[in-house]
Amino acid sequence: MYRRKDFETSMKQLMLGNKALARGLYEAGCSVVSSYPGTPSTEVTEEAAKFDEIYCEWAPNEKVAMEVAFGASLAGKRSFCGMKHVGLNVAADPLFTCSYTGVNGGMVICVADDAGMHSSQNEQDSRHHAIASKIPMLEPSDSAEACEFAKRAFELSEEFDTPVIIKMCTRVAHSQSVVETGERVCPQTVPYEKNIAKYVMMPGNAIRRHPVVEERTRKLRDYAENCPFNRVEMGDTKIGIITSSTSYQYAKEVFGEKASILKLGMVNPLPEKLILDFAQKVEKLVIIEELDPIIENHCRTLGLEVSGKDVFPLEGEYSQNLIAEKLGVEVVPSVKLDEALPGRPPVMCAGCPHRGLFYTLSKNQCTVLGDIGCYTLGAVAPLSAMEMTLCMGASVSSIHGFNKALGSESEGKTVAVIGDSTFMHSGMTGLANIAYNQSNSTVIILDNSITGMTGHQQNPTTGYNIKGDPAGKIDLEALCRAMGFARVTVVDPYDLAACDRVLKEELAAQEPSVIISRRPCALLKYVKHNKPLKVDENNCVGCKSCMKLGCPAISIKNKKAVIDETLCVGCGVCQQMCKFDALQSQEVQ
Amino acid sequence: MTKNIMIVGVGGQGSLLASKLLGHLLLTEGYDVKVSEVHGMSQRGGSVVTYVRFGEKVYSPVIDKGEADFIVSFEKLEAARYLEYLKPDGRIVTNTQEIDPMPVITGAAPYPDQLIEKMRQKGANVDAMDCLTLANEAGSAKAVNIVLMGKLSNYFDIPLEKWQKAIAECVPEKFLELNQKAFMLGREQ
Repeated sequence: MYRRKDFETSMKQLMLGNKALARGLYEAGCSVVSSYPGTPSTEVTEEAAKFDEIYCEWAPNEKVAMEVAFGASLAGKRSFCGMKHVGLNVAADPLFTCSYTGVNGGMVICVADDAGMHSSQNEQDSRHHAIASKIPMLEPSDSAEACEFAKRAFELSEEFDTPVIIKMCTRVAHSQSVVETGERVCPQTVPYEKNIAKYVMMPGNAIRRHPVVEERTRKLRDYAENCPFNRVEMGDTKIGIITSSTSYQYAKEVFGEKASILKLGMVNPLPEKLILDFAQKVEKLVIIEELDPIIENHCRTLGLEVSGKDVFPLEGEYSQNLIAEKLGVEVVPSVKLDEALPGRPPVMCAGCPHRGLFYTLSKNQCTVLGDIGCYTLGAVAPLSAMEMTLCMGASVSSIHGFNKALGSESEGKTVAVIGDSTFMHSGMTGLANIAYNQSNSTVIILDNSITGMTGHQQNPTTGYNIKGDPAGKIDLEALCRAMGFARVTVVDPYDLAACDRVLKEELAAQEPSVIISRRPCALLKYVKHNKPLKVDENNCVGCKSCMKLGCPAISIKNKKAVIDETLCVGCGVCQQMCKFDALQSQEVQ
Repeated sequence: MTKNIMIVGVGGQGSLLASKLLGHLLLTEGYDVKVSEVHGMSQRGGSVVTYVRFGEKVYSPVIDKGEADFIVSFEKLEAARYLEYLKPDGRIVTNTQEIDPMPVITGAAPYPDQLIEKMRQKGANVDAMDCLTLANEAGSAKAVNIVLMGKLSNYFDIPLEKWQKAIAECVPEKFLELNQKAFMLGREQ
């Protein structure tokens, strides 16, 4: 009979880009991985954690993760940290200086960009970080390359004494393509040796390290000329395309052999001779790169006449049709319906513990400064109870500034909301500022006992590690009290009356306070659900009070509430909205 | 020639197994294959799409407008939403189930009517069937994805035995019988 196991262990597999990268880490003998989850980078670390040979962890944030990886490299082991593009901003501090110290064991950093902003607050181009920190960057265009580049990145790291960045993007990270797997080969641990001049970056030493970095960049530039990841695919010479990553795939899709392509796998530093040679062989030079014109500007610096952002957008993802249209290639016509169809935006799930809390904030007309997580959906109608979202942790820091600016005008009606994982990531430091500089601010920690948005990763407040084994558990109440908050209240967001009472009390208090809204994410496997609610049609008057919650399990059909039994988890929040006892637990009927 | 299959639906409906099955089957048939999906925000009850592409050599991981040979849809409105991705002679295989999106739930918009007819009027070949009922008949509402795969299999020159083998390799053993039944129910439609 057929066995699943054979399929899962075969050499040639369809593999997610992120999983392939993790496979590369494994085969390269990487032994320490520390990351913070962030779409589209999360699966690299989740997949790496499935190998017993690799120590893996979720760090509280990307800066910590990178410093952990640096420590392991210093100790002589191959190490890795992964993050999304905005996470690299958080880790920029160690990034820029570990460029100076270099490494001991190989150190690889993965950054996953999100052009098109499928799940991000901006679409910055991470290549700027590589250029600014003078760290080499490899950019795979499919899963096979993700695996291969990861392995080569460790060798480059050790050969050139530098961390190496691998840049993924949504379409490479979250696409599956064919990968041929190999064996794990562990290099010898490089012995740790005390080297104050190399590793203590105080001015006297750092001054001597900077020229080393510049010399390294010169050597890397020479390497880029012959790097096997930068390859020329000659076809028709009327048009020559320089490209990388997923844009290479789109260009091949459109042109095949009808264009010549210089495909760059190493995007920092960029080669010079290779580009100049290629340019000489083609009539027209076109640069296809998502987001910023980095290859394009490099070509212009080399004195080349190129086409790039004059035709291609600076925003969003590219595709084969976009490239075809911009370069005058005919595109297949398509049809669509004449009417506008109702959209299907993401929504808070049925039974989401955030809903009751956000309803309470909406009802009390609070000014809500928000943060990054599932709960950012609190900004969406009908709750519309979030007015600011900037970056991880900004809610807690910003409310302090907001209240310092407006004083009593805002203190009694403004709250910051932040999830448990985001609070551990970078909300704590903002809270320390409130405790220290004393603003009369109310901070609500939405503790759903998991990192929800990225697909259920553990964090320092959950009591479990990345493998699901018991781990240290930070006590949020004790932490807040230790910082000096006398008012720390825990509330169940399924209990609307309690939420309303606690919110009013804490807003009225003349001192800083923390409310912990605590209930686990309804999608967690261990959470027990009640039976779906039933509508008593005799009682329902069609007042639509229940609709104010924006629950996807409730709709109005023929002027009566209807419960979608496949979605409803019986949380009972809507029952508290109904004045006519029309929404009933199944047990009651 | 690269062939394109789009799988569309509502976040949480379980398109993952369908794309895993197709990817695995097509790979063992000797094709180059790419499967692409977006994780994260779009999973929270939003509109979701997975691209499956296969052929001698596949470059782009995504399917663009006017390129899909097949659109397999878990939900009727989603089939209509992605109609413009269909090739002029392409085929839609859709579940007739309706899941109200938030604008419909809040009453801001009605659920559009006559969607199947309207898609046909635009020249699309549409196979519409109540996959939820068929899946329940097979033993679980969660087998909608395999019912759809069963219907889709009729348009491929791949023997039934190979589809069944691929299902066996992708589905946990305790759900195997149920899924094989769901596949046949879809295939016989």
